[in-house]
Amino acid sequence: MDSRLANSWRLTVNEKNFIKTALQSEIRIDGRKPYEYRKISIKFGRDDGSSEVQLGQTRVMGIVTTQLVQPYRDRPNEGTLSIFTEFSPMADPSFEPGRPGESAVELGRIVDRGLRESRAIDTESLCVLAGKLVWAIRIDLHILDNGGNLVDASNIAALSALLTFRRPECSLGGEDGQQVIVHPPEVKEPLPLTVHHLPIAITFGFFNDESISVIDPTHNEEAVMSGRMTATVNANGDICAIQKAGGEGVTQRVIMQCLQLAIAKATGITKQIKEAVEVYNTERSLRKIKRHPTSVGTIVQGGQTQTSGKEGVSESPGNHIERLKQLSGETCTSQSSEERKTTSTDGNAKNLIRGPTTWDPYSKGVGPELLKTSLASQGTSMPNEKQDLRNEKKPGEAEVEGHHPEDANPGSSAINESLTGLQTKKERTLEDAVKPKSKRKKKASSKTGAS
Amino acid sequence: MEYVSHDGLRIDGRRPTEMRQLRAQIGNVSKADGSAVFEMGNTKVIAAVYGPREVQNKSQQISDHALVRCEYSMANFSTGDRMRKPKGDRRSTEISLVIRQTMEACILTHLMPRSQIDIFVQVLQADGGTRSACINAATLALADAGIPMRDIVTSCSAGYLNSTPLLDLNYTEDSAGGPDVTVGILPKLDQVTLLQMDAKLPVDIFENVMQLAIEGCKAIENYIREVLLENTKQLEYRRGL
Repeated sequence: MDSRLANSWRLTVNEKNFIKTALQSEIRIDGRKPYEYRKISIKFGRDDGSSEVQLGQTRVMGIVTTQLVQPYRDRPNEGTLSIFTEFSPMADPSFEPGRPGESAVELGRIVDRGLRESRAIDTESLCVLAGKLVWAIRIDLHILDNGGNLVDASNIAALSALLTFRRPECSLGGEDGQQVIVHPPEVKEPLPLTVHHLPIAITFGFFNDESISVIDPTHNEEAVMSGRMTATVNANGDICAIQKAGGEGVTQRVIMQCLQLAIAKATGITKQIKEAVEVYNTERSLRKIKRHPTSVGTIVQGGQTQTSGKEGVSESPGNHIERLKQLSGETCTSQSSEERKTTSTDGNAKNLIRGPTTWDPYSKGVGPELLKTSLASQGTSMPNEKQDLRNEKKPGEAEVEGHHPEDANPGSSAINESLTGLQTKKERTLEDAVKPKSKRKKKASSKTGAS
Repeated sequence: MEYVSHDGLRIDGRRPTEMRQLRAQIGNVSKADGSAVFEMGNTKVIAAVYGPREVQNKSQQISDHALVRCEYSMANFSTGDRMRKPKGDRRSTEISLVIRQTMEACILTHLMPRSQIDIFVQVLQADGGTRSACINAATLALADAGIPMRDIVTSCSAGYLNSTPLLDLNYTEDSAGGPDVTVGILPKLDQVTLLQMDAKLPVDIFENVMQLAIEGCKAIENYIREVLLENTKQLEYRRGL
C-alpha cells in the first residue's frame, strides 16, 4: 500500500484539522516556528564512512563502501557513485520489507541527483586504470526511524559518511605495470574522497492554504500537507537540485522565497556537518596513535627532546595525520606498522613535529629516535636501544619543560620543515646506524652537561 | 562542444527560446476511456486513461476521493540502444510517481470517491523531454476521458548551456551535463505544480531558466486548448450538432 496513504490514515480528522488550524496562527504542533529546523545530531561509527544522523525523531544511518569495477563505456575515466536506500520496516508501520517502494526510490534519486549531477564528489579522482578499473562508491542509507523529513536526514547522513570515508590506496605494479595492487589500511593510510562542495537538501511542506509553508515537516505534518518541495542547495548559493513532484501548486514567488530560505539554512547545516567531521577526524587520528597506558610517564627515547609526559597536550590533529601519512609513505612496507606502533607509543609523532627549529641535531642526540626507526625498519634489535635510552630519560626530561613552550608556537608552522628535515636526518642516520654506541653515549653526556 | 553557435543557433537550427514542433492527436486507443498521442519534435508519447472505474484492489479504496494510478514505461525501441528493462527500474518508478502526483493535483478527485483512475503513459520515441511530453499527453487523455479537472497541466523543460538559457532541450543538449529544469504549471491558476532540476546552477540564473520554461508551458497550453477545441468541434459535427 502506498506509504503516503497509510500515513494519512493514521491521523484522525480532528488531528488533521488541529494541525491546519495551528498553522494558520504560525504555530506548529511541536512548538517550532514555521521556518525552524529540528535539532540535528551527527554521530559516527568506528569504521570510516559510517554515520548516523538524528533529525528530531528521524534517524538515518549512512554507510559508504567501495569496490573496484569496470567503468561505464561512455565514461571510461570516471568512478561511479550509487545510492541504495533501505526503508526498514521497523521505522514505520507502512514500510514493507523487500523491494523499495516509490518513496524509497524517490528519496534515493533525490540524494543521488544532489551528489552526482552537481559534481560534489570528484569522480575522476576515482579512476585507477582508465577504461579498465575504477572505484565504485556505494552509499547505503538505512532508515531507522521515520519521524518525518527522511530526505534531509538521509542527505546529511550520506554527506557525513562520504566526508569520513577513506578509500584504500592502490598503485600499479606487477610485471607489466598494469596490475593494480590495493594496499590494506595497515600498510598505507587510506585516502579521503575529494568533495568539492556539500549539497544540503532542505524540504518544504505546503498546505492547502497556499500561503502556508513550513520547513522540515514532521511525519504528522507530512500526513496533512498537500505538497512538498525539496531544494538541494550548497553554501555557495548554488542550487544543486530541486524536486517538487506535483502536489499543491504554488506561485513562482513562493518558490523563489523558499530557495532563498534554503540557502540561508544550508550555511548553518554545512557548518554543523563540517564541525562534526572535524571532531571525528581528531578522534580518528588520536586513535591511530596507539598509546601504551604504562609508558605515559616513562619515555623510551629520553635522548630526544620534549618527549616525556607531554602527550596529553595535543597539537592540531592535522599534524598527526600528516606525520603518520609521511611515516607510512616513507616506509611503505609491512614493517611500517610495527614502526608506527613503536615510535608512537608515547606520542613521538607529535614531538617530531614540534621538534624543528630549536632542535640542534648535533648536541641533542638526533640519533636515538631516528636510529630506532631506522633500526626497526631494518629489523635489528630494539630492546637494547630502549634500555640505553631509558637511562638517558632523566636528563632528557629536564630539557623537555624548557623546550616545550618554545616549540608550541613554531611547531605547527614548521611541520613541513621538520618532516623534510626528518627525512634527510633519517637518511643520515641510516648510515649512522652502523656508528658505534660510543657516539650516543657522548651525546648523552653532552646533554647532562646542558641541563 | 558548442551547443549554441556564435550567431545564436542550436544544434538542430533552433533559436534559444524556440520550442520544437508540437503535434497532438486524441482518441487513438479506442478501448481506453481517453487517449492521446503527443509529439515534441522527435519525442513521441502515447497516453491512455481508464476511469473513473471501480477500484480493482479493494484494500486500496479511499472513501472520500478517487485513487489515481500512473505507470510510465519506455518502449524497448524508443532509444538508440534497445532498452532491456523498460519498466520497474528506478527512473521509471520515479517518473511514474512524479506524473501521478502532478495529475492528482489537478484532477477533482473528491467528486469521484471510491473509484480509480489509471493513467498509462508509454514513450515511443525518446529524444529529450519525455517527462514533459508524458504530462502533456496525460492532460489531453484525461480531457478526452471527460474527467473533471481544475485546470490543464502543461509541462516544458529548459536548460542552460554556453551561458544561454535554452528552451525545450533535446537528447544531445540534455546529456551535455548542464542543468535541466522541468516545469509543470497550471496556467489559468498561474501555479507551479512540478519543478525538477538537476546539476548546479546559481539562484539568479535559475530564476531566468525557470521563467523561460514557464513561458514554454504557456505556449504549449495554447496549443493544447486549440487541439481540444478542434476535437470538440469534430465530435459535435459527428453527432450532427
